[in-house]
Amino acid sequence: MSIDQSTAAKVAKLARIKVEDDALPALASEFNTILGFIEQLNEVDVEGVEPMTSVTPQRLKRREDVVNDGNQQPKVLANAPDAREGFFAVPKVME
Amino acid sequence: MSDLNKLGLAEARDLLRKGETTSVELTQSCLTAIEASGALNAFVHKTPELALERAKAADERLKGDDAPAMCGLPIGIKDLFCTKGVDSQAGSRILQGFKPEYESTVSQNLIDSGSVMLGKLNMDEFAMGSSNETSVYGDVVSPWRRENDTADLTPGGSSGGSAAAVAADLCLAATGTDTGGSIRQPAAFTGTVGIKPTYGRCSRWGVVAFASSLDQAGPMTKSVRDAAIMLEAMSGHDAKDSTSADLAVPNFEAMLTGDIRGKKIGIPKEYHMDGIPAEIDKLWADGTAMLKDAGAEIVDISLPHTKYALPAYYVIAPAEASSNLARYDGVRYGHRATLSAGDGITEMYEKTRAEGFGPEVQRRVMIGTYVLSAGFYDAYYNRARRVRTLIKKDFEDVFAAGVDAILTPATPSSAFGLGEMTDADPVQMYLNDVFTVTVNLAGLPGISVPAGLDAQGLPLGLQLIGKPWEEGDLLNTAYALETAAGFVAKPGKWW
Repeated sequence: MSIDQSTAAKVAKLARIKVEDDALPALASEFNTILGFIEQLNEVDVEGVEPMTSVTPQRLKRREDVVNDGNQQPKVLANAPDAREGFFAVPKVME
Repeated sequence: MSDLNKLGLAEARDLLRKGETTSVELTQSCLTAIEASGALNAFVHKTPELALERAKAADERLKGDDAPAMCGLPIGIKDLFCTKGVDSQAGSRILQGFKPEYESTVSQNLIDSGSVMLGKLNMDEFAMGSSNETSVYGDVVSPWRRENDTADLTPGGSSGGSAAAVAADLCLAATGTDTGGSIRQPAAFTGTVGIKPTYGRCSRWGVVAFASSLDQAGPMTKSVRDAAIMLEAMSGHDAKDSTSADLAVPNFEAMLTGDIRGKKIGIPKEYHMDGIPAEIDKLWADGTAMLKDAGAEIVDISLPHTKYALPAYYVIAPAEASSNLARYDGVRYGHRATLSAGDGITEMYEKTRAEGFGPEVQRRVMIGTYVLSAGFYDAYYNRARRVRTLIKKDFEDVFAAGVDAILTPATPSSAFGLGEMTDADPVQMYLNDVFTVTVNLAGLPGISVPAGLDAQGLPLGLQLIGKPWEEGDLLNTAYALETAAGFVAKPGKWW
């Protein structure tokens, strides 16, 4: 599997990271080096092997379905780059 | 008393309890050492006022008879831990200015244990790196130098600031985190002790997430005894981390008897790798002989899927990172890019993340995005998770056959020079974790113990790997190895 520049551009877009066009060839080349390394996994016989979901098998604990936190609006907003009138402010989302 | 900063946790604790020093004196001594350590770039957010306030409170508590285990002991905290009201930015530009409104569970446990935070320690950005060269704060410089050479060396990474600070006696001990080797590799590079406990032993709540199924916090210290003391203080069940284990935390220090007679130590043949320096093979053989002399039984073992651990890691860790780091969107905290007229929310995300993340973090987020994308999920991500199951089974089989611990080298080399790997491809840097990453994939405890110096006078470490939840037994074996190796070298002060 080889990654070309248009695939690299697509991945950057999916990851929401702006990559300038002139940086795409180097990025694609790095991806190919890393993916080439990962390709070794194809040598392993994984027939019938379950994909690991939890490294230390345990049942997740349950708790009562009640509100146990909240009413922290000022703290939640304290680190926002732009907070106004009790909300996070962002550029226009709808066209 | 001078040079209090050079003490370890156990020695300082004992002096405090005997009333022969005070926490304020210990803390002052460390603060003075930190002020003179600018060339190392280890402490990046200093909190001297907070430290002295906590030290005074600790001295009051020490007058009573209910002072907690680490009362009055000054330590450093890796920048990855959220600390209330104190800058916590994971070595990244994207979290510039972030002051959490909350305290991570591990750092809270350390506060509850009476310890005194001196400040926050430099690290690779989002803990992604093996040389502390990806940090927004700049490189950490190791206090160690090659003999007759003034070239700056890496302290390792990602917990490079923690390792350098402990090795240079800027603090008595420090916290680290380990996703693929980020505690054990820098410990080996700096002649310090570092333990990554069993996955679930330390709460991950409030620790900036990199790869959640692999991340674990642990102590970085000057001795195995100190590691036992600090690990106990950091550990414990936490309802805020659903993967935190609801198990009692033993008194690890009480388990340090040094008696390992009859213990079965496995030597995995797959860790004999091409291109590893002869010095490291010799160190490994010496360590094996030391454990044998101490009464352990040495057995040859096989961990057949070892070779596939790093490739599996470089699917799983970036996949989890791409998901975890999606939260850095310029909306809730940290950096937001300056936008041009007409830019919408997508441009805000893309510009913010391009400016906020460094090259290695961008690379891993994008690799993770790729391996999780439609059409590749099964081929890469699910295959890697299947291989992970096999890697864990390798260890389970060995432990089921009666092996108590496994001895390996900690790193494939001693510390390299800062900048020496700049022109290498990313995979060359990833090879630093070849001996440590299996342990994260299997969720096991692993400890790096300083065991010798190479021909250039740089420290080398050996790694011991233990059974799940058996950190006490592992620490005891490490204690026996530490005693036999008798490593006492310290870096000569040049900074």
